[in-house]
Amino acid sequence: MADLHFLANPARFRRFSQRVTGSLAFATVLALAVGLYLALIAAPPDYQQGETVRIMFVHVPSAWLAMAGYGLLAVLSGSLLVWRHPLAALMARGAAPVGATFAAVCLITGALWGRPMWGTYWVWDARLTSMLLLFFLYLGHIALSNAYDHAERGDRAAALLALIGAINLPVIKFSVDWWNTLHQPASVMKLGGPAIHPTILVPLLWMAGALSLLFVILVLLRTETEIDRRRLEAADATA
Amino acid sequence: MTGFGALLARDVRLVLRRPGDVAVVLAFFVVATALFPLGIGPETNLLARIAPGVLWCAALFASMLSLDRLFASDYEDGSLDLLLLAPWPLELAALAKCAAHWIVTGLPLALLAPLLGLTFGLDPLALAALTATLLVGTPTLSLIGGLAAALTLGARKSGALLALLALPLCVPTLIFGAGAVEATVSGQGFGVHLAVLAALALMALATTPWAMAAALRQAGE
Amino acid sequence: MVPPFLEVTDLACRRGGRRVLDHLSFSVGTGELLALTGRNGSGKSTLLRTLALLVPADAGTIRWQGEDVVIDPDRWRSQVAWLGHLDGLKADLTVRENLHSSQPDRARVDAAVAAFDLSALATREVRTLSAGQRRRAALARVAASTAPVWLLDEPLNALDAAAQTLLHAAIARHLATGGVAIAATHADMPSARPLELGA
Repeated sequence: MADLHFLANPARFRRFSQRVTGSLAFATVLALAVGLYLALIAAPPDYQQGETVRIMFVHVPSAWLAMAGYGLLAVLSGSLLVWRHPLAALMARGAAPVGATFAAVCLITGALWGRPMWGTYWVWDARLTSMLLLFFLYLGHIALSNAYDHAERGDRAAALLALIGAINLPVIKFSVDWWNTLHQPASVMKLGGPAIHPTILVPLLWMAGALSLLFVILVLLRTETEIDRRRLEAADATA
Repeated sequence: MTGFGALLARDVRLVLRRPGDVAVVLAFFVVATALFPLGIGPETNLLARIAPGVLWCAALFASMLSLDRLFASDYEDGSLDLLLLAPWPLELAALAKCAAHWIVTGLPLALLAPLLGLTFGLDPLALAALTATLLVGTPTLSLIGGLAAALTLGARKSGALLALLALPLCVPTLIFGAGAVEATVSGQGFGVHLAVLAALALMALATTPWAMAAALRQAGE
Repeated sequence: MVPPFLEVTDLACRRGGRRVLDHLSFSVGTGELLALTGRNGSGKSTLLRTLALLVPADAGTIRWQGEDVVIDPDRWRSQVAWLGHLDGLKADLTVRENLHSSQPDRARVDAAVAAFDLSALATREVRTLSAGQRRRAALARVAASTAPVWLLDEPLNALDAAAQTLLHAAIARHLATGGVAIAATHADMPSARPLELGA
């Protein structure tokens, strides 16, 4: 019974995942093509930011996905700790580096955008700083889940960390905002606000959709790999 | 609660048997702080300006350095099993150990900090703010660090990993702790900061003990 | 008063993808010593840790006096005295301080110290003791407790012949008061009922 529980869910997931990855990959390429066309060619340059506004079409969705990825990590961690769902641990292992990569992409594109707009690659802007801390949380999670000889102990320690991290994330965000307004009173230009012009909004949503698909497919593929790896280790242990 | 008191007393007594370990942490705090004027220069205005951040960061690092032994010694000599088997909540046991850590580390750091603040040219009010915020803020550091210590129990390279896990979570405490002293220097009060620090401490008190207990149970398996 | 009675049914446990305990059933009656035998890696320590709820079982039940122990784990824990393969002593505390931190009753601590011939060592710090002396101190900690269930992982480790005799006497006294003991061991223990694991 325990045997079946341990293998059945990941195996079922693997079959499901292999069936959908093909069409998902197709949809991702299509959405990226449309999104990139709209973002890089169709969208007009911004009257203030000029051509650099196009960086935002990658930067902003990356920020969303980095945050959503941590949320996913927290949900997976909860289901691992409460229901001991073996797939949750493998998917968390698959998702964390993807989320970290999107956080890194967000930071790098932010720096590239900052150079022409702020005249420097890095400013201790509230959003960038929060994203940097989120990136550190991801790094800690990845490091902790790999820090044990016994992989399952790493899974569950990292799951606890992700839950505590998710609880603390809003507090970190709040304190960084507060710290930032204290030290840099409103010198930073902000994208967004209540009204985004449709010429910006439409490509932004396309890119957000395309990168979300990319996120999903990367997590699925990495989870498959983790399932295989865990099976090989189990085979080694019993051999 | 007798178990809580007994464990707290045992841990404090253990540290007092080897006062050298605490002395090393406090010495690190002093040396690390003293390096900043040497690296930056002796200009009084600049030093007074950076003192809050420097002292708070140094206190944070000193706390983290002393934390990796918090549960590790119990793990290595087998007494962690006895804690896990004690017929009272493991959450309280974890809390007792963090409280002991604070008494022998956080409290001395808070009491030592004004002396160091004096050498940075902080005025008496700022020194008071520094001590008060460290008194309210260091329990949070002990709790968050204690959680990181429990999570890294039995891991490879646990020392550096502990800091990597704990430091991002300590950012709010650092911001409001150092911010309080700065606010005092610039003539504002630090009541709000102190209230937020207290709120952060309460939040840590509410969330970390169960996570520590869960991590310790994982380590015991 | 229901007599102490431990009943294990269908207990299973996996560690790291490997089945260590495979649907094991046995029971221990009042005044009985169960000696777990078997080769290295046969699951003796895992069984003890599972009984103590340190390791969660994947299947099966552990009943104490007819009640499943997971219903009220704290009550069960209060019935268990534990000796792991590590001594569980703080090196910087004296023998007596170590015993006191788990048993506040001074008379019981004194009796246990005497029972394991530790009177001359009671005020020495544990780090100054030899391995055999530490093991005796750890056993004295078990003997000082009032718990009716003793779980002992390799209790004879590092003990010389004289100390082994003291341990057998202590176990006999414990069993005579209606307690039970389960010990993982490679050596023979007198009047023990053997249970071979991994057979």
